[in-house]
Amino acid sequence: MSSPAEMLAIYPEAPPPDLARTLDLAGYRWKAVSGADEVIRNEPASGWAGAVVSTDTDAEGAWALCRALRKRDVPVAPLLLLVGGGQLAELALRDDLFDDFCLTPFHPVELEARLRHLLWKGGGRVKPDVVEYSELALNVETYQASIQGRPLDLTYMEYELLKFLAQNPGKVFTRELLLSRVWGYEYYGGARTVDVHIRRLRAKLGEEHQNLIQTVRSVGYRFGQSRWG
Amino acid sequence: MNEQQRNYVLHTVEERGVRLVRLWFTDVLGNLKSFAISPAELENALEDGMTFDGSSIDGFSRVQESDVLAIPDPNTFEVLPWGDPKNAEARVFCDIHNLDGTPFEGDPRQVLRRNLEAARSMGLTFYVAPDMEFFYFAPPVRGQAPEPLDEAGFFDLIASDVSGSLRKQTIRTLEAMGIPVEYSFHEDSPSQHEIDLRHNDVLSMADSIMTFRLVVKEVAASQGVYASFMPKPLEGVQGSGMHLHLSLFNGEDNAFYSAEDDYNLSPIAKQFMAGLLRHAAEITAVTNQTVNSYKRLVPGFEAPVHISWARNNRSGLIRVPIPKKGNPSATRIEYRSPDPACNPYLAFSVLLAAGMRGVREEYELPTEADANLFQMDDAQLLKLGIDQIPSSLGDALRVMEDSSLVAEALGEHIFEWFLRNKRNEWRDYKAHVSSFEYDRYLRSL
Repeated sequence: MSSPAEMLAIYPEAPPPDLARTLDLAGYRWKAVSGADEVIRNEPASGWAGAVVSTDTDAEGAWALCRALRKRDVPVAPLLLLVGGGQLAELALRDDLFDDFCLTPFHPVELEARLRHLLWKGGGRVKPDVVEYSELALNVETYQASIQGRPLDLTYMEYELLKFLAQNPGKVFTRELLLSRVWGYEYYGGARTVDVHIRRLRAKLGEEHQNLIQTVRSVGYRFGQSRWG
Repeated sequence: MNEQQRNYVLHTVEERGVRLVRLWFTDVLGNLKSFAISPAELENALEDGMTFDGSSIDGFSRVQESDVLAIPDPNTFEVLPWGDPKNAEARVFCDIHNLDGTPFEGDPRQVLRRNLEAARSMGLTFYVAPDMEFFYFAPPVRGQAPEPLDEAGFFDLIASDVSGSLRKQTIRTLEAMGIPVEYSFHEDSPSQHEIDLRHNDVLSMADSIMTFRLVVKEVAASQGVYASFMPKPLEGVQGSGMHLHLSLFNGEDNAFYSAEDDYNLSPIAKQFMAGLLRHAAEITAVTNQTVNSYKRLVPGFEAPVHISWARNNRSGLIRVPIPKKGNPSATRIEYRSPDPACNPYLAFSVLLAAGMRGVREEYELPTEADANLFQMDDAQLLKLGIDQIPSSLGDALRVMEDSSLVAEALGEHIFEWFLRNKRNEWRDYKAHVSSFEYDRYLRSL
């Protein structure tokens, strides 16, 4: 269990006053950060004890930060997200980016309880090391992908895209959704980037396996079999 | 994001047992340059770059100091699919920086990055799909015309379709490197082939073209064959072009498409075309940079000669292909003069600059020239207001040196160096006495 003496990272840089007050009253030490760079620059020697990220003022910045916190060698966890009722749809398919969330405006006692429980659990869920689908295997730990035991040489974004798809088999994704979930908001280049990467993935999967990724006409892409057959 | 990409590369090198990492970059003339580092150096290279002496690279040298920094772009890291799998090698493209970290002005990749901003600031992404043409020859003998594979002779002993199997092997290698191929076929001339690449964003495509040229040559060399991207290697038959299919996208929408227009072209598409046409002569030295390039751009061989556009007329500089029905994203324009011997980073830079100038200043698109211009005489062309593409490297350089657009797009450093280098090439060529002259004059005069 983390003791309240350890440091929490808070976003945005000018945190909502009720958040600052709640944390202070509960005895947490915290530091507000403006983005991923400051998380690194201001990191305490013992590391961050966790993070509270509010999406209220700058949702894009908040998601970019969550992504950055999660994608470090040692991810910052637990991560509590503060989100308005109107933004709940944005949580979909981002389950890997936060550990729990709290609706805003929040009740101070609820926020404190959730934070305490998260810190007690000692961090985020344990994620499986290997994602498998049919003859495709992705090792999340070592970033290696293979099909029928043959290693696939992928670029980083090809790997990330394949991982996302393989983690969500049978679902249909639009290009826009893939772009925002795999590339993140900070990426510029347009939804056609997705087509380009899908085509490259298929080329690397080889003729036998390229139909693992199916084009769903005028919608987007689906990995593996549809669950409706 | 970057930290994650670096980790990905480092993990891959370890897991795949990569023994050598090749750092690739491009000189001003478009030659691929490479130096190799051991995996132990890679982490350091990704973090801080690798210093090297740029003075031996064409177009890199400067007066004051010559050291520059190659910083690998982890996005472009690929394990090379040829060579010994037990001693795998990988490549990564680099951006060249000055020692103080600023982009090095002599690096074509950085020049293209800078030019991309013009489109990016308007929320647009520039997509390119090139049609790559080239020849397979028997290994060249100095001073002799190249020998095509398809003609009886050199390869009599080998199964009839050597070049066809070379092409298949080339495509497999390209696809393994993440360069998808759309079509491929035997071209009109003996031993000439065409491989059309699927569209990609312009920076990735410039990298892909550099890789493509190497793959084609490597695969050919492995079979004792020589592949050449020389624009006009054989007299009397078609040369090798690199037609470019261009489009601008705004997110998922094709900014070139309009449902209302008779041609399905949006105002942006028309202004972009107008920009290309108005500045075509100025940018030709960059898209067609050799003496030999201009021997391809002559009437009678499906190469453009006139600065004009049309839907289905291959004699013009820009063709507007009619896309398959119901597919707005296939709306594009085809710019037909470039050849595969150009520097793709610089060629894309000047094309983008010319097109975006047209968009920014709302140029008016001239009317379509749908008649066959090859059959018109100069007076008729003049009446239509149709100019010609420069007919020699010398002409092209003269137009380029007065172009503020090209100077701005390339930056002063490359602009000056390119003109100096190419004027020398033109001067050497002018002083050369050719067999054409011996055959025609030696006896009769």
